[in-house]
Amino acid sequence: MNAAAQTLVVTLDRLAHGRTGDKGNRCNISVIAWREEFWPVLVAQVTEDKVAQLFAPRQPSRVQRYLLPKLQSMNFVIDDVLDGGVNSALNLDSHGKSFSFMLMRLPVEIPKAWKDRLTGPQ
Amino acid sequence: MFEFQNPTQPLRIGCGAGFSGDRTDAAAPVVQDLVNGLQTLGGSAVLLFETLAERTLALAQLARVANPLAGYEPLLLDYLRPVLANCLTHGIRIVGNFGAANPLAAAQAIAELARGLNLRAPRIAVVSGDDVRSHPDVLALAQSWSCPLVSANAYLGAQAIANALNAGADIVVCGRVADPALTLGPALAHFAWALDDWDALAGATMAGHLLECGAQVTGGYYADPGFKDLPDLAHVGFPIARIEADGSCTLTKPPGTGGRIDTHTVKEQLLYEIDNPAAYITPDVVADITAARVTELGPDCVRLSGIQGHPGPTHLKVNVCHENGWFAEGEISYAGPRAEGRARLAADLLRTRLPLLSLRVDLIGVSSIWADDAGAVLSALPDAGHTDVRLRIAATHEDKAVAEQLVREVNALYTCGPAGGGGVRTGLRPRLGLVSCLLPQASVPSRFDMWQPETKEENT
Repeated sequence: MNAAAQTLVVTLDRLAHGRTGDKGNRCNISVIAWREEFWPVLVAQVTEDKVAQLFAPRQPSRVQRYLLPKLQSMNFVIDDVLDGGVNSALNLDSHGKSFSFMLMRLPVEIPKAWKDRLTGPQ
Repeated sequence: MFEFQNPTQPLRIGCGAGFSGDRTDAAAPVVQDLVNGLQTLGGSAVLLFETLAERTLALAQLARVANPLAGYEPLLLDYLRPVLANCLTHGIRIVGNFGAANPLAAAQAIAELARGLNLRAPRIAVVSGDDVRSHPDVLALAQSWSCPLVSANAYLGAQAIANALNAGADIVVCGRVADPALTLGPALAHFAWALDDWDALAGATMAGHLLECGAQVTGGYYADPGFKDLPDLAHVGFPIARIEADGSCTLTKPPGTGGRIDTHTVKEQLLYEIDNPAAYITPDVVADITAARVTELGPDCVRLSGIQGHPGPTHLKVNVCHENGWFAEGEISYAGPRAEGRARLAADLLRTRLPLLSLRVDLIGVSSIWADDAGAVLSALPDAGHTDVRLRIAATHEDKAVAEQLVREVNALYTCGPAGGGGVRTGLRPRLGLVSCLLPQASVPSRFDMWQPETKEENT
């Protein structure tokens, strides 16, 4: 109970932002920390497994995470989630442009002390 | 004519368009800022236009087949008309891949535009070599398909662009080149870098990566109210990079324009369409951004440095497009009590009526983007009683007549479907398939030629 009181669960968009890119049937999503001190928490909790789970409805064949600590950024490369890519997908968003915001729904557990440093409405 | 090669002087490169369909009023303030820079700093200036996405070239090739004078960027003249006089007067070179599938016709159109505006005749260089439809490896690949080949284009490197600028071209018209080559070409020409000065080449390549999507680095495609707010997005300024002799760059935008450049807007674009950040592969160099530094020097002024380079690849990436049947889609809206139930009933009815097609079903406002083609996500989602729902159906088929049945059946929902459906929209278009392959660089030579008007003058 005490430990729980010292942490808080927020969505990733309070801690980071990102953008989706596409090449063929491969999608990449950047995750960029809003503040330097958020970086270790993102590394620990925004993992390949978590992202693979989030994207399960799109059945990714592979999720790879690249870390760029100097930029406090990470890059997820997600294979085979674009229904064949922009030329063959039936999906309305054939580029997967909206995927970065789907990733931003990921819950992240943070110290309660960060409450006032989060991006977005307090 | 100014000597373009001038390594001790600044080089500034502005972006006038970041994709086919970008705004046509964005380049004018960029050019004005480049002119001001030439007058205060000296050096050289370039305006680039990047207008070729993955499938744009295949669509351009289809346009050329329909009309031999078409096949270049449809907005070419709309992009150039507002800025051509200023560029020619002040010696700002223009480099673009707006030649698409027909660079020669683009060059002719530009020459005619200049004549119509009473400007001096520009020296226009045309880069060729990207069209590899007749390359033996491509022919072999195409033979294994049942569908006709539409286009096959290699992503060329920066050398031909640099050579054209050194030869005095005012305007360089390209078809497919690697997007960052539009920046690396001018930088190579200006700084006379050795072709194995990998760090410098990689730095300019990533400067090009920041520029090539236009406003995507200056606050475009970034805003998110309450989370990522920006001033005056309606008048977002397009980026200008000052390239240094070591390949690092400083990014700004024209004064008085909207949007913002800060470390966050720059990082988002730096990682856009990146795979392994230690190996961003382009024809000229493999760039490593893992040690990159993104530093805010002031308001709307960010420096990118620390990019490392490694030798370029032995092979060029080639995008091969082929015909791939037909794509049909249709939409209809339902509102009020039980709207979602009526939309779902319409989808069931279409499945029964269209047994030859495998339908993708979206309920816009309930589940669309995130759902899968097979419909597993939607069928697992119970009817939640949504009261404002737009049904969307999509399918493909190799036979146009079969694909067209979808269009007819969606239309027929007006009188034969569930109650209260309205606002039918339908579409039917040919579909393209895209396959990427690699060709040895040595087998895909690129070159430039100065465009000459065809001598058809009447000798009367």
